[in-house]
Amino acid sequence: MLSTIATAAWSSPTIDYHALAPEMILGAGIVLLLLLDLFLSDARKWLLTPVASFTLLAAFIPVLTLALNNAGTREMFDGRYVIDDFSLVMKGMFLLSGYVVVLLAADYIREGDYYQGEFWFLMLSSLMGMVMMASSRDLISIFVALEFLSIPAYMLAAWRKRDSRSNEAGIKYYLLGVFASAIMLYGMSLLYGITNSTKLTEIGASLGSNLTSIRALAVFFVVIGFAFKISAVPFHTWAPDTYQGAPTPVTAFLSVASKAAGFVALVTVVYVGFPGSHAVWQPVFWILSAATMTLGNVMALKQTSIIRMLAYSSIAQGGFILMPLAVAGETGVAESALRAVVTYLIVYAATNLGVFAVVTVVARKTRSGEISSYGGLFSYAPGIATLMTIFMASLAGIPPFGGWFGKFAAFQSLVSAGTTWAYVLAIIGGVNSVVAFGYYGSILREMWMRPVPDGDTSPVPVKSSLAVALGITGIATLLLGVLPGIVIHFGDLAGLAGAISR
Amino acid sequence: MAVISNHNWALTVGTFLPLVGVLIMLFIPKAEEALIKSVAIATAIATLAVGIYTMVQFDFGKAGDMQFVAEHDWISVIKSSYYIGIDGISLPLYLLSMVITVLVMIYSWDHVPSPGNPKAFFILMLILQTGMAGTFIARDLILFFVFFELVLLPMYFMIGVWGGENRQYASLKFFLYTMFGSALMLVAFLALFFKTGAESFSIPFLIEKGMDISRTTQIWIFAGMFVGFAVKVPMFPFHTWLPDAHTQAPTQGSVILAAVLLKLGTYGFVRIAIPVLPEAAEAWAPYIGGLAVIGIIYGSFGCLAQTDMKRLIAFSSVAHMGFVMLGISTLTSFGMNAAMFGMVAHGLITGMLFFVAGSVKERYHTLEIKRISGMLLQMPKLGWILGFCAMASLGLPGLAGFWGEFPAILSAYQPAPGLSVNVFRAYMVIAAIGTVFAAGYLLWLFQRIAFGEPTAEFAAGHGHDEDIHDVNKFEWIAWTPLLIAIVVFGVYPQLMFKVLDPAVSVTLKAFGG
Repeated sequence: MLSTIATAAWSSPTIDYHALAPEMILGAGIVLLLLLDLFLSDARKWLLTPVASFTLLAAFIPVLTLALNNAGTREMFDGRYVIDDFSLVMKGMFLLSGYVVVLLAADYIREGDYYQGEFWFLMLSSLMGMVMMASSRDLISIFVALEFLSIPAYMLAAWRKRDSRSNEAGIKYYLLGVFASAIMLYGMSLLYGITNSTKLTEIGASLGSNLTSIRALAVFFVVIGFAFKISAVPFHTWAPDTYQGAPTPVTAFLSVASKAAGFVALVTVVYVGFPGSHAVWQPVFWILSAATMTLGNVMALKQTSIIRMLAYSSIAQGGFILMPLAVAGETGVAESALRAVVTYLIVYAATNLGVFAVVTVVARKTRSGEISSYGGLFSYAPGIATLMTIFMASLAGIPPFGGWFGKFAAFQSLVSAGTTWAYVLAIIGGVNSVVAFGYYGSILREMWMRPVPDGDTSPVPVKSSLAVALGITGIATLLLGVLPGIVIHFGDLAGLAGAISR
Repeated sequence: MAVISNHNWALTVGTFLPLVGVLIMLFIPKAEEALIKSVAIATAIATLAVGIYTMVQFDFGKAGDMQFVAEHDWISVIKSSYYIGIDGISLPLYLLSMVITVLVMIYSWDHVPSPGNPKAFFILMLILQTGMAGTFIARDLILFFVFFELVLLPMYFMIGVWGGENRQYASLKFFLYTMFGSALMLVAFLALFFKTGAESFSIPFLIEKGMDISRTTQIWIFAGMFVGFAVKVPMFPFHTWLPDAHTQAPTQGSVILAAVLLKLGTYGFVRIAIPVLPEAAEAWAPYIGGLAVIGIIYGSFGCLAQTDMKRLIAFSSVAHMGFVMLGISTLTSFGMNAAMFGMVAHGLITGMLFFVAGSVKERYHTLEIKRISGMLLQMPKLGWILGFCAMASLGLPGLAGFWGEFPAILSAYQPAPGLSVNVFRAYMVIAAIGTVFAAGYLLWLFQRIAFGEPTAEFAAGHGHDEDIHDVNKFEWIAWTPLLIAIVVFGVYPQLMFKVLDPAVSVTLKAFGG
């Protein structure tokens, strides 16, 4: 039986090959990319793109079979690497987001002649880190996964070597990322000192709900470390510059997959490692959430560049995703809070990738990153404008597009907690979702109600890969909004939530 | 309450059929304008046919029961289901939305407002239709919320793209107000869900369990819903978006807004807030009544001060919805019946007035009252239709408006037990004074526009002769049904009251009604 693996002797760690298949396929793909890059002539480097995308789709297959297999939670390495419903849902999300990013990046990378092999190699490595993150239940493996996903991302952000903005993006991202890692490592070392273990479940059991100041400090530092990764205010300062300077597909990757990975790590650490310490992390999340959505929204309102606007929008959305975590420690809320976070992440991934697909398509024509370049888009490219309308409405949380259900799930777990603080946060969230329409609506206004800025109404060319990306994200956004049951249907996620409600 | 689920496909088809039309229209090239319009109108007529079929199959002997009930799993994790049904309260509004959509579309055949693009315009109207019809049949709070919000974006674009000079401001204001209201409403729905044991969002279930919630909690939850619905009605002091939205919206937008969208708010009170939270309704009723009469007087003064015909009609909406809310706030079967009747009557009459305003604007290119005069000489038919609608709107007995207004005032004489009789009698007096103002501003409007000689600017031979023509074919087709309905419901109001009354009694069960 697989469950006996958990108690297997150290001398012979049994490997569950089925459970590890996604990681192994990804690893094989990464090696294959490196080798092919060595031997292919420049003219045939385009072959690397399909290799990258097929690797991601191939890695998705075992995720599906594992999910359908229904054999319950699989544990490896003494319970430090776990494949449960939560990790499978997130792995699936990372791989599919990665696939859409490949579609977005394909032409960009080929036309720019930007070292295709290296680009795909780094992107897949980063995805590998994310996939591992979803299963890690140990401080060491979490840290390794975090660095695995971050370091390639630093390089990707600085991809346009000769562009000073891109260099700035990479450096800023790198310096602040390393800074955050150091803080987190400090917290982790404290945790190890206190509990004498790096395994999250043991840390959780050892910490209990007995909070001394040193324990509180350890928990606080770890949480803060991840707050950088998810660009929560006040640790968000890197995000707008990095998002603006990085190549657009990389920005899409950072704002969706990388951010989701941060949330996955945060949720794992909090749910498995600190279930008893909610007196520390609940207030932290409350403040982070309120500050993040409010400041993100206010800053987004005054942007004129679409990417910067999306950067602040992404920060604000992070605030909404944090909302349920601010009450996750209350009795009976853990599961609905986790579900809200996961649902929101999935909906947000579909929508935001769609937005970036539209941005990529439009930028190819207008050669501008200004919001005003969307003027009159509906009059000459109604299809793209309608898709953008759907994505913006989804981000703003207007039914029947995906986003509403993410917000709904977040509000639901807040209200189910029923505390005064929860209601106050719900009201802040409500007001913020109205404010957010200020800038999402400004895009709609440009597209539908303003004239075309330069009178150029030639049709917008849509490359086939971008059309596929638009199709996938558009359908997903609509479907998630009309039949939101399907996201939550992946599993009740009890595995992880069980820890906190113990 | 008995549940009848015969023919329960009819509501689903009637609600979603417009979206099928939208799907077909997506594949028609933009340039094929006539085809696009035909498909859209055909879809709307087919939808209306399904609606009429529903009416024919409707068991009028059991108008108080839910009929055509269908229930399917939807989002089982949050215990929300696709649960629909229709009763005597929903049926008139459900049909009204379909009739108005068909008529507005026919009117749009040769009245697509600038900047054109009939494809998008007609698609938006069809989406609106789905949202409106869906709201009136939803029996699940989340489903209700989704439909309630579905109308937002199409109306936002309708005002913002096809509206007047100040359209961007007006559309944003409309959107933000409504969205703010619905955010609070959603939180209230969730609180209600958890306070009743987190078992279901189904409205009948909540009506059963809602009474058990403590009074204080009820009052808070009601407050959240109140803001959501009051913005939509709109009640004073949440009404400020309405004059802007109405003035800037294209004729079609104004008609749909006045005839149907405003009813979503009052319907929410009648369907959800009051039956689910009876104690809170009782606590809130005097305040709602107070705001309602303030709305009546304020709206009337607003009308008297307007120089723009469309803005005047918009303010008259605030006043008329005040009568509706006054009727609702009495919590009596009499008042509620009047309110429901008033909703439909207001839909027909004010919808008609906005149609006329649109046609006036098209002919004179202005709606400034002092620049227009002597319409009866230039366009006698249009002039008399305006006169007819003004009479109907001011509540002339024998026309539909009377039966919404007069009983609503009368109902305040004897509010539900537990409410202060003195307060409501005071409201009655104020509301009655309001009707005098209504007669004042409407007759004055008619007198200024229709009587006298045409102003020099628009007199014959000053370059406007081509535009100034009497009612045309499409206008007749679009308007005749409304004009007939105004007379029929005015002469024989029992036609609607007998459908409404049983359902209203069921709704007011908690108040001994």
